[in-house]
Formats: sequence, C-alpha cells, structure tokens
Amino acid sequence: MGLRIDTNKCVGCGVCARTCPFDQITIFKDKARIGEGCTLCGACVDSCGYKAITLEETTAPAANTDGSRGVWVFAEQHEGRCRSVVYELLAKGRELADTLKTELAAVCFGHNVADVASLITHGADKVYLVDSPELAGNQEDLYTRQLADLIAQHRPEIVLAGATALGRAFIPRVAAILKTGLTADCTGLEIDTTRRLLLQTRPTFGGNVMATIICESRRPQMSTVRPRVFRQRPPEASRQGQIIKVDFNRERITAKTKLLSFVTDLTQSVKIEESDIIVAGGRGLGKAENFKLLEELAGLLGAAVGSSRPPVDEGWLPYSHQVGQTGKTVCPKLYIACGISGAVQHLAGMQTSEVIVAINDDPNAPIFEVATYGIVGDLFQVVPLLIEKLKQK
Amino acid sequence: MNIAVCLKQVPGITKVNIDPATNTLIRQGIKNIINPLDAYALEEGVRLKERYGGRVTAISMGPPQAEEALREALALGADESVLLSDASFAGADTWATAYTLSRGILKIGQCDIVICGRQTLDGDTGQVGPELAEMLGLPFVAYVSKIEEIASGLIRAQRLVEDGHEVVETPLPAVITVVKEINTPRLPSLRGLARAKSAPIATWRAADIGAAKELTGLVGSATRVVKIFYPQRTSKAELFQGGLEEKVTQLASRLKEMGLI
Amino acid sequence: MMKALARRVAEERILPVRAELDAKEEFPTNIMKDLADADMFRVFVPPEYEGLGGGCLGLCLVVEELSRVCSGVAVSYAASALGSYTLLEYGTEEQKRKYLPDIAAGKKLAAFALTESTAGSDASAIKTTAEKVEGGYLLNGTKQFITNGGEAGIYTIIALTDKSKGARGASAFLVEKGTPGFTFGKKEHKMGIRASATRELVFRNCLVPEENLLGKAGMGFILTMRLLDRSRPGIGAQALGIAQGALEAAIDYTRQRVQFGHPLISLPVVQDMLADMAINIEAARALVYAAARMVDSDARSFTEESAMAKVFASDMAMKVTTDAVQVCGGAGYMMDYPLEKMMRDAKITQIYEGSNQVLRNAIAIELRKRKGRTE
Repeated sequence: MGLRIDTNKCVGCGVCARTCPFDQITIFKDKARIGEGCTLCGACVDSCGYKAITLEETTAPAANTDGSRGVWVFAEQHEGRCRSVVYELLAKGRELADTLKTELAAVCFGHNVADVASLITHGADKVYLVDSPELAGNQEDLYTRQLADLIAQHRPEIVLAGATALGRAFIPRVAAILKTGLTADCTGLEIDTTRRLLLQTRPTFGGNVMATIICESRRPQMSTVRPRVFRQRPPEASRQGQIIKVDFNRERITAKTKLLSFVTDLTQSVKIEESDIIVAGGRGLGKAENFKLLEELAGLLGAAVGSSRPPVDEGWLPYSHQVGQTGKTVCPKLYIACGISGAVQHLAGMQTSEVIVAINDDPNAPIFEVATYGIVGDLFQVVPLLIEKLKQK
Repeated sequence: MNIAVCLKQVPGITKVNIDPATNTLIRQGIKNIINPLDAYALEEGVRLKERYGGRVTAISMGPPQAEEALREALALGADESVLLSDASFAGADTWATAYTLSRGILKIGQCDIVICGRQTLDGDTGQVGPELAEMLGLPFVAYVSKIEEIASGLIRAQRLVEDGHEVVETPLPAVITVVKEINTPRLPSLRGLARAKSAPIATWRAADIGAAKELTGLVGSATRVVKIFYPQRTSKAELFQGGLEEKVTQLASRLKEMGLI
Repeated sequence: MMKALARRVAEERILPVRAELDAKEEFPTNIMKDLADADMFRVFVPPEYEGLGGGCLGLCLVVEELSRVCSGVAVSYAASALGSYTLLEYGTEEQKRKYLPDIAAGKKLAAFALTESTAGSDASAIKTTAEKVEGGYLLNGTKQFITNGGEAGIYTIIALTDKSKGARGASAFLVEKGTPGFTFGKKEHKMGIRASATRELVFRNCLVPEENLLGKAGMGFILTMRLLDRSRPGIGAQALGIAQGALEAAIDYTRQRVQFGHPLISLPVVQDMLADMAINIEAARALVYAAARMVDSDARSFTEESAMAKVFASDMAMKVTTDAVQVCGGAGYMMDYPLEKMMRDAKITQIYEGSNQVLRNAIAIELRKRKGRTE
C-alpha cells in the first residue's frame, strides 16, 4: 500500500517534487522517488502530467452502511446563553440536513439555559437538553462523557461543534472515545450525495494549503468550525420542534479537573468577535503607546480594537485582541488593517470580513491582496487625517 | 517526576512563500524543525525537571529523519528520546497518531505528566493532545499558559480561554497542552549538543509497543485527505491615488457611501 | 556545531534588538546570559578549567557569526576572551582555578586594560603605577577606552612596577571589580560598536594582593605582546563577520531594488563591486583562519601572520562596508537599514588592538630582520 511511481511513465520533470507540501519527493537519475515521510496526502497524484503516480490502498475502506442518520450541532452555552457560533452552525447544519434529507438536532448541556427555544427557530428539528447545575460551568470531563453517551445512543451521522476553547478541548476527546474521525477548523462543509459523505475542507500550513478530508467508514463524521466562518440566518419564529429532556447520568461520570477561578483580561468594552467594525494594528504601529491612535479611531466608529500577532507577542496589548490563526477569527462588516503586512496566519482570521481596508506603507504587502480598499501610505499620517475627517462630518 | 513530552518534526515553514507561477509552496531551503509549540512543551518539561527533579523523555512518531528533532530535544535538556517509527504508521490521522503515541507512552512506563504543544505548524488541528489523554484514560487540561504548582499529586495551572484565563486543578498523572505564553524556550548549549550527538535514540516499531496494525497509520485512520489545493489569491484591492489628503477623503466618502460610517 | 549555534544565537537573540542596542548604547546583558547558557564562553577556556577547549579557531568562528549580526555584542564577548588570555597563558594554578570557571560559565566577564590617555600605540608611555607595598601592590592611575569597562568582573591591568627598567618595567595584575580604590570613569559615546561598554578605569591607592600578580614582575609588556599576537585573529574574525553581514545585506537589497527597469544586482557596475567584496571577504577568511590555526598549533612564532590577518581583514571590512552602503544608495545611508551601522562598526577594527599603521611597521621590521638573517 502506498504511493507508487510508474517509472515507465515518469520523465523526471520534477513537478511532483515541487507540489509535495512535505518535501518528500526527490528526483534521482531522472525518476521521482518518494521519501519515508510521505503522508499519503495524494497532492502529487493530480500534479503529474504523465499520470505516473498512483495512490494505492490494499484495503479500500467501505463506505459506511451502518445506518447512522441525522446532523447534530453542539450548542455551547456560556452562563445560560448560547454562543453565536451555534447559530452559524445551525444555519449550515440545516443546509446539510436538507441535502441529506434528514433531521437536524441541537445538543445543549447547561443549567437554566435561556435560549433553548431559539435553537429550534434557527433551524433545529429537535433539541437534546441535559440540564443540571453541575453542567453550568462547562466542565469538560462531564461534557465529554455525556456527549459520547448521547451520540452512542442516537447515532447521528454528522456532529458539528464550534472550534472554541471548549470545543477544541473536549470534542477531540469525544472523537477518541467513539473511535471516529474529527476534522478541526473546517472552512467548508459539503455533501457528496452519491456516497452520503461529508466533505470537510480546512486550511493547513497556516492557510497556505487547503485540504479536503473525509471520514469514510466511521460514524459520526465530526467537525469543528471556527466562529464567523459560516453565516447565521435569521430565525423563523414559526418553526416547530421538539425539546427532549435527557437526565444527566451522574453516576457514570467523574470530573477530575476542578475550576478554581476565572480571570478576565478584557481591556475593552466591545468584544472583537461581536463587533461590526474592527480597527486593527500590526507591527507597523511600532510601540504600545501608538495603539492609542487606533483606539481613538475605534471610538469614533464604535469599533473594537484588534491586533495581529506581533503586537501581542511584544506585550503591547493582551491576547484577547489577537486576530489570526492562533487568535480569533472575525468577520465584521468593516475591518481596517493598519500597519499589518498580511501574513497568511493573520489573514486566516479576518479575510472573510465584508469590507477590508488596508493602510500600509509597503505597496507589496500581502494585505493588499485581500483588501477591498487600500491606501499606500504612512499610517501615522493617514489615520490622524481620517480621524479629523470623521470628526468634521 | 517522570515527564513525557510529545513532539513532532515538521517542515519549517514559518515564512511562507508561494511561487506565483505554479501557485505552489516554495520549499527550497526549508529545513525540518521541532514543531514550534512542541519546543515550548519541551522547555516546560525541562523546567519542571529543574524545579521538582525527575526525568524528561521526548517521544515522537515519525519517519527515520525525525530522529534529528529528537536529538535536538536531547540537546535542549531531555534525558532520553524515543522514536516511534514503522512503515505501518505512515498516513496516520490524529486518531491513529494519538493511538500510536499512547502505546509508546505506556511502554515508557509510569509517567506523571505528558506535555504536548497546542497544535502543529502543518496540521494545526490541536487534536492529538486531547485524544491522547482519552486513550490513556488521563485527565486533560488544554492551553496551559502557566504551571503554578505541583504538590500532593495535584497540578494547579492557568489556562487560556477566550476572554482571559482560568485557574484549574487536576490530579496527576495528567496530559496537558501548552501555549506559547508559557515560557521562552532555551537555545541548546554546546555541551548539550555534544552529548546529543552521540547519544543513542531508541527506535520502537509497532511490535515493540504492541500497537495493533489495524489501528495505526492510514489503515487505522478514521479520516483521510482526498484533495489538496492551493487557494487562489487575486489582487483586487482598489488603491486610492493622489496625495495624502485626496486618498483619505476618497476612503472616507467610500465608507460613508456604503453606510459603514 | 559552534558556528551553527553561534549563528542561531545571533539570529534569534541579537538580530531583533541590535538596532535598539546601537541607538541606546545599551550593554547587551541579556544576550551575554544567552551566550553563557549556550556555553559560548567555554569555547576559549581549556577543558581543565570547565571550558570546551575550542582554542583560537573556535573563538574566531563564534566571533565571526556574532559580528555578522552585531559586532558591538560580538566584541563584548570577544573582549572577555582577551581579558582571559594572559591568565590562561601565564596564570598560576591557583589563579586559574579561582577565576577561569566563572569566566567559562559566563558568570563573570573579563577585560584587558593597557591603554591610557598618554599611551595608545605607544604602549610604553603608560603612567599607571603599581608600587610594591606590604601585602601586595598599590595601583594608581587611569586607564582609558577599556572595552567591557564597568561590566566585567575581572580585569587584567598593565601597570609600571619599575619605571627605570624601561621595557621590563611593567607587570600584569588581576584586579576584581569592587576592589577598594578601583572605580570607573565616564562611559564613552562611540561612532560604532555602541552596544559595547567602553569606560575609564580609575585606580586610587587600589591595593591588589600579592597573589594577583600575573607571571613575573617586569613581564608586563612581554605578556601584552604575546597576548595581542593571540587575540588579533579574533579581531580579524570580527571584521570578517561585519563584512559578511554587509555583503549579505547589500545582496538582499540590490536584488529587490529596481531602477531603470532592472534590479540593481543585474547592473554590471554593481556586480563588479559585489564580486570584489566577495573576493576580499574570502581572502580575509583564509588569512584569519590560517592565523588562528597557527596560534592553536603552538607554532614558534605567529606574530606576523596574526598581524597580517588583522590588518587585511579590518581594511577589507572598512572598504566592503563602505561599498555596501554605496551600492544601497540612499537607503544604505538610512538608519532603517543595517548598512550604515555596519560601516560605523567596521572602523574601529582598523584602530584597536594595534592600529593598522603600527602593525604594518611591525611587519616591516620583521621582514627586514628576516632578510637580514638570510644574508
């Protein structure tokens, strides 16, 4: 099993070597050779103009026929309110469920959760609700087992969850218990109707390479999705659905980790992921004090202040402002990037914003490739002038 | 304390360049490195050893060339390094990787703490840590930004969440993943490099760790990649022209027109 | 291995802060710690004293890599070697065991002090005295332009023990920072190597214990000459590193900068300059490392070769950095780019540890002597 090079067809052109994201192909004596670190991703197969590469499997996994049905969305709540990513996933989940001609269910753990009905109006046909005071605090150990149990019992074919701090920590544990596949940070979800498979697309190598992944023979197919990747749809007040209360099975589950305290580091009143307008700064700001300029602009626009990674690394502002691959994903109506070069890792966090304005003195900065509007100039001249003009109006 | 640190050797693509002609990654001159976040994990493991005494074992699943990364781990303070390498491990997704690592860690013996980096540079799923914890049946804490104390069989740590951080306590043995806020990794020392150069690195195959072949590698993977493509980037920004005054005026009017301000 | 690690330290720890260190004239304390943690100070100390025995060659490799990024930081490191060599060559077992382990661990930096306001190239004109008294020697006088002055913990001081004896009238002493009567004067503001601390050392009735005399009384100038023969390849390596860094920066710039529709690097006049720069750097490299190897091989005499390496490399570095600025045009002149700093840094290599004029004289004298002998 593995990757085979047909040396009769291979001419040693080297295109495959250049395509391999893992640098595993070398050309030796005019023929391609695969290295041991090959991950069988198959990128080279398509790239070969001579069809000299094949990806073989000795056992082709059979498409699953175990009868799992239904799309589930994990409805993460915090202090009784569902997180906005849940509604984004319900919108997508509804689409997937309709294509598969099956039901959409939301699963919610917590205590006295206020928005349960809204899960229905946003598209769910059913809500599995497990209400217990012990579940109020997002206790991961409890959530893990409870979700695994529910899934084992009801056997959905797809489970979606937000790639939040909670989601990224406990959903993999659920996948491990169920011995099933999980794809993280999906940016695209589609159905292959002939094989009834979920096609999960996600960025790798910091967003430079996109991969489409499937989970063929295990169920459920699980995906986490970052907030603001998909769009919410407005609720339909007339939608009907069932709320199924499930008892919290306390005896079987033990929580080992204890939460001692929570320290907030919100230094701004507007949370960036909820703001319609974000004014963000990068390395070009130069020093912490210069962010005051962006704060002034943000104040005038009712915007939140964001940042690429370097200012956070330098300590100019806290991590909660960081937008990007290792920070937050945002999708505001307007994103103003000042002194941000536009490294792929940052773009991964904001490129789906509706309107992007870039201000940078380097005309070759990659940010201009995703921006809607741009000004090539010194931000320390442009921003004050913009502030002035806004004050005039 | 017996400390295990999981690390992965990845292509060192920190500054990414796309060849505009073929729209593919330019990989010339990119060397393999220890996954940056695993370097933080290793540093934390070594610091725990310096603080509480014990041993640090670095473990990695990978092809034979991953030995370089494990050697570097020795130069950075690990006492021992183990490579899990077998043709049957290739093509593993996170589940199969976590399974294989769990078998390796069980063979290492009684570990008090297993430390992983939050995510890798290439896959960046962040899934191996939590999956590994579940397979080992151990408690798990994600995104640790500071280990406050280890005492009486408990670890008290800070972990990053969206709007701040939590302080949690969990009994050992446990699995944790760390974020870069936790420390600054040291550079190797000359003596460390000299020691590492000639140190033996054990290579364990599937049979050595009792890994069931159907649960490792591509066969053991629940997911697999069916397509790889490079996202198209087209330059479409409207750059305002003219002097400073003109450019800013144009921007302001355009944003006003769109009802954004 | 040494070279690769030195390069990592340089690129990961020095590169991000070099412009700031230069602007603020700030001593790189944190980087000295990073170098210590990486075992770099052990390179020039023999294994018997907790070193790694890399010798002159090892030192040059490290100094070149550090200088490629910032020679201000590099010289702070190299000066510690300079300040240790006399101890290494002529110290007693007790003295070596007392001071070398701390130097090797980077816990303490060393420095060497000969120069005074009246005595630069003319070393014999020093006026600092060391009067023999009960329990030791009383030092009086002021040293000028001492690298690592104020930062180092251990100093090798050359002072007059007997003026009447002329060339045999000086002795070398180990003096610890904090010794009563030993204070520091002003910190100099320099054209280049601004991260390095250059200060006056002031001795007012500073009592130095008997056991801190290095070698024998009267050996001062001889020890100094031998010391400088050993350390000059290091200055050559410093100059070499600066030039290498300048060449790389110039190549980067000329590849990107487009004028007249072409990148600068495709213009023949620029190619000529870059090629000459590269040729001279390689020639200096060969000379510096040949001299370093001679030093390590305990050859009977390496005075000339060592001096030649220093003269050639430093003159070359001055020309290369000047040309590098030139080739980068206006940008090269701006402080946003590292070229102008490299040019400012290069100058001192032609001046200290024996100005190139004095060294040329010395080489000429050797030539004459040799010619004289074969006739």
